[in-house]
Amino acid sequence: MRALDKKLVRDIRRLWAQALAIAAVLSVGVMIMVMAFGTQRSLTETRDTFYDRARFADVWSSAARAPKSLVGEIAAIPGVARVEARINQYAVLDLPDMADPAMAQILSIPGSGAPEMNALIVKEGRLPEFGRRDEVVVNEAFAIAHDYGPGDGFSVTLNGQKRDVRITGVVLSPEFIYTIGPGSIMPDDERFGILWMAEDVLAAAFGLSGAFNSVTLSVTRGTDLAPVRDELERLLKPYGGTGSYARDQQVSNAFLDGELEQLDVMARIVPPIFLVVSAFLVNMVLGRLIQLEREQIGLLKALGYSTGEIAAHYLKLSLGIGAIGVLIGWLMGLAASQAMASVYVEYFHFPYLVFVQRPSVYVISASAGLFAALIGAMMAVRRVVGLSPAVAMSPPAPTRFRRGLFDRLIRVLRPQQPTMMILRAIGRWPLRAALTSLGISISGAIIVAGLFMFDSFDELLDVAFVQANRQDAILEFAVERPEAVLDAVANLPGVMKAEGSLSIPVRLHHGHLTRTIGIEASRPGNDLVRVFDGDDRVEVSPEHGIVLAKRLAGHLDVGVGDILEVEFLQEGDRRYRVPVTGTVAQFFGLSAYMDLETASSILGHAPRLSLANVDIDQAEREALFAAVKASPAISGITYMSEVRKGFDETIAESAGITMTVYTFMAALIAIGVVYNSARIQLSERARELASLRILGFTRGEVSYILLGELFILTLVAIPIGLLMGYGMAAGMVLSFESDLYALPLIVTEKTYWRAAGVVAGATIVSALIVRRRIDRMDLVAVMKTRE
Amino acid sequence: MADAMNSVFHTKGITKVYTTGEVDVHALRGVDAELYAGEFTVLLGASGSGKSTLLNILGGLDHATAGQAWFRDKELTAMSERELTRYRRDHVGFVFQFYNLVPSLTARENVALVTEIARDPMKPEEALERVGLTHRLDHFPAEMSGGEQQRVAIARAIAKRPEVLLCDEPTGALDSKTGVQVLDALERINAEMGTSTIVITHNAGIRAMAHRVVHFADGGIAEVVTNDTRIAPAEIVW
Repeated sequence: MRALDKKLVRDIRRLWAQALAIAAVLSVGVMIMVMAFGTQRSLTETRDTFYDRARFADVWSSAARAPKSLVGEIAAIPGVARVEARINQYAVLDLPDMADPAMAQILSIPGSGAPEMNALIVKEGRLPEFGRRDEVVVNEAFAIAHDYGPGDGFSVTLNGQKRDVRITGVVLSPEFIYTIGPGSIMPDDERFGILWMAEDVLAAAFGLSGAFNSVTLSVTRGTDLAPVRDELERLLKPYGGTGSYARDQQVSNAFLDGELEQLDVMARIVPPIFLVVSAFLVNMVLGRLIQLEREQIGLLKALGYSTGEIAAHYLKLSLGIGAIGVLIGWLMGLAASQAMASVYVEYFHFPYLVFVQRPSVYVISASAGLFAALIGAMMAVRRVVGLSPAVAMSPPAPTRFRRGLFDRLIRVLRPQQPTMMILRAIGRWPLRAALTSLGISISGAIIVAGLFMFDSFDELLDVAFVQANRQDAILEFAVERPEAVLDAVANLPGVMKAEGSLSIPVRLHHGHLTRTIGIEASRPGNDLVRVFDGDDRVEVSPEHGIVLAKRLAGHLDVGVGDILEVEFLQEGDRRYRVPVTGTVAQFFGLSAYMDLETASSILGHAPRLSLANVDIDQAEREALFAAVKASPAISGITYMSEVRKGFDETIAESAGITMTVYTFMAALIAIGVVYNSARIQLSERARELASLRILGFTRGEVSYILLGELFILTLVAIPIGLLMGYGMAAGMVLSFESDLYALPLIVTEKTYWRAAGVVAGATIVSALIVRRRIDRMDLVAVMKTRE
Repeated sequence: MADAMNSVFHTKGITKVYTTGEVDVHALRGVDAELYAGEFTVLLGASGSGKSTLLNILGGLDHATAGQAWFRDKELTAMSERELTRYRRDHVGFVFQFYNLVPSLTARENVALVTEIARDPMKPEEALERVGLTHRLDHFPAEMSGGEQQRVAIARAIAKRPEVLLCDEPTGALDSKTGVQVLDALERINAEMGTSTIVITHNAGIRAMAHRVVHFADGGIAEVVTNDTRIAPAEIVW
């Protein structure tokens, strides 16, 4: 090994604590890159493979009752590769192991024996045989939640007829990688299952012989979906078609996309923060090292080493530190992406995991990590290696302190000399002080940005379950019912209050912008389900207008007072001009609200209801459940407290881990910055501090001079960090927003205090470590060294 | 001009002005000097008289403000930074007052620092043997006395077999006994290898061991004295 490289190795060994502090920060950046990109890649690959093998559909549509003869016409639409018509219904289940009623979506399996599209992966048992009235297969998540397997049985109410069925198999479907019941916001595999039964059995039960009510199609590669969907909707319209949607609005796929998007955002936003901080740390530490080695640099030049060779030496040092960080980051990232991917496979129901590790992720993350270290080093190296050797070998001139404005300000405060030293040091190197402060504030920002989500969830839960959805349960009707059905609902045991609502599939047009959504139409006096405008006031759907969720209004670029064209999908091509009378804050889905009377008169029939919201007397819960299970008219029930419980549990599960991870990451940055600053200050000012000790200052007083500056910088950094955190949170809220959900931007005082606490704690810990060095300072040796 | 074949350094009107803040310091005011091959030359003078500045310019460590300097037939003052690096690497050995060893490298490695980049170096062990440090090969600077450290610095300077050895106050930080050891080493190398040696010193006693003594005052050469008889380092009155 060359002598200069030996120096390199020994320098790294000597600086190990500082090198490790930097490498740790860098490694987090690399780890997140490897993990997020790795997980995202693996998940995407897994999804694509699954979709491809299972022939996942491109377009979905439904109708009330369409004749099978239409299938040929649909298949003839240019670009359509495959068509599959099927029956899709909802039903209430009576499970032997659960008092509450569960709900199921039931899909038909064609006479050919297995669906041609959206193929089922049989995990256990077999698919139902044609004509077998009692055979079902269930989705795996539902089977696991109830510990069901082939041979187990339960009751299902099909179109009002309760019948006992037996499970013949457990399956996975590309349509239900993420299962979420209607009206739900979280998966609840206990209360919501997917069932498949033979088509002839379902057709007989629902009176759909020779007909279908759901259709899926795939198109040839490169086909533009818009004309296909238009034509499909045109064909289905006479049969009660309710519009179509593509993969982007297919619930399971959309949630999966949202998750992949979040991973992508994470991989793109978080690592750069860590890399920038580590570049700054490298710059700081190496800058100081180079100052200290000024004479050695002059000497190497005198010996005939070129500027390039010397610069390369210090760059290699930074690369060494970078390499350590990259290596740690890789290992952590690999382990984390494996762990994450298997968690995802559980959370999303994939049949297998295609764990891909792209070499490019490693190459890119390593390049980014080393590049950050290099950039930091380059700025430090440039200052000194350019000096002529004679200048480099003479010690730097004493730092010039000026009597500037800042100094006059300080003197107005009349501090004691030690405080004066602190303030002058800040005033003399304002850029360094600012960067140190910035580094510390980033650590605070990370905590705020990481933990605000729980505040937002709290707000979201409050709005969703306490303010807006105050019903105890939602009862869904198998078919739309006249309003009088509410009397029957009110007569069910335990129901204290019942209000109805109708969902109407519509397409909204504004200029060239369109959205297909469901309108919720209800009576103005309804109180169980309310919507709010931005200022927490209850918004009532006015007689002739439409109220939109804010995000929907944004998509359509309309505001209050604008006119929207509403096309009722079940009604004909006619567009009705309806004024937008309000916008409401809404976190789940994209909804619009209208008056039931107005909507019904447009549809040309007396007001009907598709669901009832009810308040329940908890004492009679069991009786109500029994009645719901027995009622032919009810196809589903959503029990709000269970939904909320599921949400709470999921959040509580992730909250602990998330807080630990973010606190750890933030503490790493804070310690990295503070510890390195303190060490550098100590090395720069050792002589000065030793002189003070000799003059009779105590260790505490001397420590105050050194660490006081860092405490001041931390105090300045904390509010800045909290503000930056708020900004990052706002950015994250924006980037997470999708058609499915949006997060409210809420940061509570508690989160701010927690962030401030972690930053202050990390500063104190770093200060204590350095304080020990001050205490152990060998005064004589320090005074003897030549600066 | 004297015999060009015999001249290693030759300067004409060398001027160096340092500007620090609002003050101009004239370190050298138009120096004309001639230094000869194989000679042991001592530069004497008070602090600030310009001797170190001249040495730095001759060694390619610093640039002159005006005037010209030649190493043999090459004009140093016309060289680029790259050429100066090359020149230092191939022709010049330096010894400084404060040794300037790399603290994280052992004696052998400090010498290797030079032998690795030189054209025709001797082995680090051989260089250390010439200064009598065979027993200290693997010691770090912190483990050696000042005299030993300075001898490592000399070994490092001569390991490349330089044509000129430039020493700035080589004994300045040493007591008389170790100072003699260091001067002894320099003297031996000058005699055995024929290396032109230029030594800057405050110590007037050292002048007696030189072939020629150049006296500096106020940024210029005040007097040049040629010694007819030289004395050995051990006889120097410190």
